[in-house]
Amino acid sequence: MPRLVEPSSGLTAADPLEFGAIAGRTPWQLFWRNFKKDKLALAGLVFIVLLVIAAIAAPLITKLIGAPPPNLINTDALDSFGTATGPSSEHLLGVDPLGRDVLSRTLYGARVSLEVALISTALATFIGVVLGLVAGFFRGWVDSGISRLMDVLLAFPALLLALGLAAACSLGDGCAVSTPLQAAGLATIIVGLLGAALALVRGRREMVAASLVVVGFGLIFVLLGTVFTIKIEPGAGVVIFVITLVSWTYIARIVRGQVLSLREKEFVEASRSLGASDTRIVFKEILPNLIVPIIVYATLILPTNILLEAALSFLGAGVQPPNASWGAMIAEATSVFDTAWWYMLVPGLALLFTVLAFNVVGDGLSDALNPRQEG
Amino acid sequence: MIRYILRRLIWVVVLLFAVSFVTFVIFYLLPSADPAVLRAGRQANPALVASIRHQLGLDQPWYVQYGRYMKDLIFHFDFGFSYQNGMPVRQLIFSRLPASISLAAGAAFLWLVIGIGVGIIAAVRPRTKLDRASMGLALVGISAPVYWLGLVALYLFSSDIGLIPILPGANSYVPLSEDPFSWFTSLIMPWCVLAVSFAAFYSRLLRGNLTEVLGEDYIRTARAKGLSERRVVFRHGLRSAITPIVTIFGLDLGILLGGAILTETVFNIPGIGRLSYSSIVRSDLPVIQGTVLLGAFFIVFANLFVDIFYAFLDPRVRYE
Repeated sequence: MPRLVEPSSGLTAADPLEFGAIAGRTPWQLFWRNFKKDKLALAGLVFIVLLVIAAIAAPLITKLIGAPPPNLINTDALDSFGTATGPSSEHLLGVDPLGRDVLSRTLYGARVSLEVALISTALATFIGVVLGLVAGFFRGWVDSGISRLMDVLLAFPALLLALGLAAACSLGDGCAVSTPLQAAGLATIIVGLLGAALALVRGRREMVAASLVVVGFGLIFVLLGTVFTIKIEPGAGVVIFVITLVSWTYIARIVRGQVLSLREKEFVEASRSLGASDTRIVFKEILPNLIVPIIVYATLILPTNILLEAALSFLGAGVQPPNASWGAMIAEATSVFDTAWWYMLVPGLALLFTVLAFNVVGDGLSDALNPRQEG
Repeated sequence: MIRYILRRLIWVVVLLFAVSFVTFVIFYLLPSADPAVLRAGRQANPALVASIRHQLGLDQPWYVQYGRYMKDLIFHFDFGFSYQNGMPVRQLIFSRLPASISLAAGAAFLWLVIGIGVGIIAAVRPRTKLDRASMGLALVGISAPVYWLGLVALYLFSSDIGLIPILPGANSYVPLSEDPFSWFTSLIMPWCVLAVSFAAFYSRLLRGNLTEVLGEDYIRTARAKGLSERRVVFRHGLRSAITPIVTIFGLDLGILLGGAILTETVFNIPGIGRLSYSSIVRSDLPVIQGTVLLGAFFIVFANLFVDIFYAFLDPRVRYE
C-alpha cells in the first residue's frame, strides 16, 4: 500500500495580498502553475502520456518500425543452437526463446499493465469513496461495520490472497460468485433492516437513513447476483477483481477520515441549518471538498496496482499466455536470463520507469494541490 | 491496561474467525471444480467420485463442512492434508518456517538500519543535494519490482552466472543449523534485494515525519535550552517521529513471516512463500489455504503486538 509521505512545511497559508496579485486565476490554473515548477513531475507526466499513446497505438507502432506482431513465433530469429538472439536491426530489442519480438511484446504489455491498473484503481476509488463517505457521514454502527470489514480484508496478505483466489478460480470453469453475492446481499439487507428498526425505536432519524443506504447496498448485491451469472475466470478479470478488493480500503480510510472532520465544519452546519437534506450536504458540500485528496491518493495507488498486477502475472496468476504482460515476460526470462539478458531487462525497465513516472507525478500532484506546500 | 488488552484479544478472536470463514468460502465454496473429481484421478468413475465425496464430507451442507473445518483447526490445529505432497499441511508449513524467518529477520534488520539512517540524514539536511539524491533514490527503490531486482542482482553478482561472481546465487540456501557461514553468505543477496523497497519506503516516511516534528515549538524550546543538536534530533525529534514506523514495521514483518513469495521464488529459498507458489502452480488448494490462513494469523498477531506496545508507550491509547 502506498502511503503519502510528504512533509508539511509548517508555514501558514499564503499571504492574502500576494494572493490578490494573482486574482482571476481558476483553481486549475493555480494548480498548473505549481505543478509546472516541478520539472521531474512534468517529465513523469510526459512519459505517461507517451506511454498511453504507445499502448493505444501499439499495432500501428509495431507496423511502422517493421516489428513483427507480439505473438508471432519465429524460430528463424533464433540462432543455430535454438537460443534467443539479442538486439539486431531486425529485432531492435532482441527476441525471446520462442523467437517472438521483445519490443513488440513490451509495447503490447503496456496495454495490459495500464488497462488492469486503471480499471482496478477506478473501481477501488469508486468503492472506497462511496463506503468511506457512508461510514464517515453516518458514523454509528454503519461506520463500525465498514471499518471492521476493512480490518478483516487488511488481515489478509494481499499478494497471497490474490494468488489463492486466482488459483481457486482457475480450476474447472472459474468461480461462480452469484450465490455468495446473493447471500451477502441478503445478510446486508437483514442487517440494514434491523438497524433501521432499532433507529426508529430510538427515534434517530439520521441512522434510519444510514440503515436504508445499507439496505440499498444489499439490494444491489442481490440484484447483481440474480441478473448476471458472475464468474471470476483466470486472466485479467481475476486480477482486476483482486486488486480492487485489496486497494479500496486505502481510499475508504482516507475519505472516511476527511468526511469525519468535514461534517463538523461550519459551512456544513450552515447548510444544515438552512434546511439542506443529507443528500444535498453530501453531494454539494462534502464531495467537492474531497476531490483533491481523492485525485492525489488515486494517483498514488495506481503505481502500486501496476506493481501488483505485474507481480501476479510474474507468478502466473495474471494475464494468460500467449498474451504479453511485463510480469509474465520477466517470469519467462527467469530461466534464460543468464544468456538472454535483454529479455529480462526490457520489460523490467519498462515496469520500473512506468511505476517511477506515476510515483513522481503523484508526489508532484500532492505538492501542487496541497496549499501548505506553497511558498 | 488489562481491560484494554482483553478487549483487543477478543477482537483478535473475532477477526481470526472472520478470516477463517473467508478462507473457507474462497477455497471450499467458490471453486467450481469438484475436489472429489480432482482426487479421483484419471480413472474416475461416478461410484469412486461419490465415495471420495462422502469420505471428504463434501456431500454435507456447507455449514456442516465449515463446522468440521473449524473443529479441526481449533482443537487439533489441523490445516488439512496435502494429497499431492502426501503429508499434513501443518507439517509442510512448519518445515518451511525457518527459511522464511531467516529471510524476513535479516532483511528487516537491514531495512530498519538503512531506512532510519537515510531518513534522519535527509530530514536534518532538508533541500540539500544529499537530501534530494537520497529521496530520489528512495523513489526509484519503491518503484522497482523486487523479483526483477533479484534477477538483476543474480545477473551481476551470483557466483555461477554473474558478471562479478562474488556471492552465492539462487538455490544456495543452507539451513542455519547445518552451516551458519553458508547460511549467512547465501542470504546476503536475498536480504539486500528484499530490503530495498522497504528501506526506501521507511526513509521517505521518516523524513516526512521528522521534518514536520523538527518544526514544532517544543523542538525550538529544546534548542533554546542549549541542548546539543544530536540530542535534539534523537531524543526529542526522532522519538515522536518514529511511532508510525513502529506500526508499519509490525505489519510488514507479519506479512513477510507469512512468506516473501516473490523473493523466495527468485532465489529459490525453501520458505513458506516458495511453498505457496509451488502449491499454486500445482493447484494444491489445502496448502494454499493453509498458507493464506497462516499469513493472516501472522498479520493479526503482529497488529496485536503493535497495539499493546503502543498502549505501553502512550497511555492515551488505553482509554480510547
